Amino acid sequence: MASLKALKGRIASVKSTQKITKAMKMVAAAKLRRAQQAAEAGRPYAQRMEQVMASLASKVTISPQSPKLLAGTGAEQTHLLVVCTSDRGLAGAFNSNIVRAARRVADDLVRQGRTVHFYLVGRKGRAVIARLYPRQIVAEHDTSGMKFAGFSDAQAIANDIVQRFHNGQFDVAHLFYAHFQSALVQEPVAQQIIPVPMPEAGPAAAPAGASAAIEYEPDEEEILAQLLPRNVAVQIFRALLENAASEQGSRMTAMDNATRNAGDMINRLSIAYNRQRQAAITTELVEIISGAEAL
Amino acid sequence: MADLHFELVTPERLVRADDVFMVVVPGTEGDFGVLAGHAPFMSTLRNGDLAIYRSGMNDTPERIPVEGGFAEVNDRGLTILAERADLPA
Repeated sequence: MASLKALKGRIASVKSTQKITKAMKMVAAAKLRRAQQAAEAGRPYAQRMEQVMASLASKVTISPQSPKLLAGTGAEQTHLLVVCTSDRGLAGAFNSNIVRAARRVADDLVRQGRTVHFYLVGRKGRAVIARLYPRQIVAEHDTSGMKFAGFSDAQAIANDIVQRFHNGQFDVAHLFYAHFQSALVQEPVAQQIIPVPMPEAGPAAAPAGASAAIEYEPDEEEILAQLLPRNVAVQIFRALLENAASEQGSRMTAMDNATRNAGDMINRLSIAYNRQRQAAITTELVEIISGAEAL
Repeated sequence: MADLHFELVTPERLVRADDVFMVVVPGTEGDFGVLAGHAPFMSTLRNGDLAIYRSGMNDTPERIPVEGGFAEVNDRGLTILAERADLPA
């Protein structure tokens, strides 16, 4: 049994830990609200973008001349996995979930004899991936400087990736991030961004009568050529926003749990402390009484 | 005449959603004005000012500088997807 003084020390230390986790939880909650607002504000654009892409893509027939971002390189040998993680830890299983999803896909691809490369956004995915695939990390994008994900950040990443694609460094790109469902639930998502996955371009995709009459300026191909790289940027931007919200949500729950655990621990330690204190008093009393009786 | 439903969206937020009389959009191949009931149309944008006429031709237009993106007109109205839009503060 630990001594009274040792127990007192433990209680004090758990209490100060609890103060920290409580503060982190509150900070995460405040940041979560802002991140969530940002994620929601970004949704209309992404939705419109999708609609426009779908209506355009149903018009353009895929031919060898069509843009590579849409049609692909014709090969599927080299895959680029863009893994978005956070820069800070202490967010529960947030980062390891994303990395695990990426790893599963990577392992599958390797088993099929494909080449896998990693493009890392954010710091926290590095350690694990560097251990498993030390030579396959082609680039990292440092996000630690930015406070809130801006569209220009997403664009910089997208430009870099599209550039690499045109240089023939990879054939297919996947994007990994955590989809924000609620403060409690964040789901790791894998999404193919290059070549652009086409929605089922059947007759059902677009009401033919209404869209057939749309006039384009400049023509469809040129608009599409402009749109495709921008679409990559929009997808990445969405991933960054969702990730930011998910990270804060995940941290908030993790820190809430930690605070509660600390509370439980303090209770248990105080009970042990009080019992011991009473035991000490009892022994002292017994000593005094038996001493008095002996006189 | 019915008003034109107009939306200006950037990746960061929905900047403006409004019913207005006319919007003049800086298209890559020239400016074009959109009134209610415009035929379905789509164009990319060059950097320039949107001019919003709130209630009629004689209004002083409200100008919003936009950068990059595209405009789409369909039966629901005009949607502008711009990369940046600077609202005068």
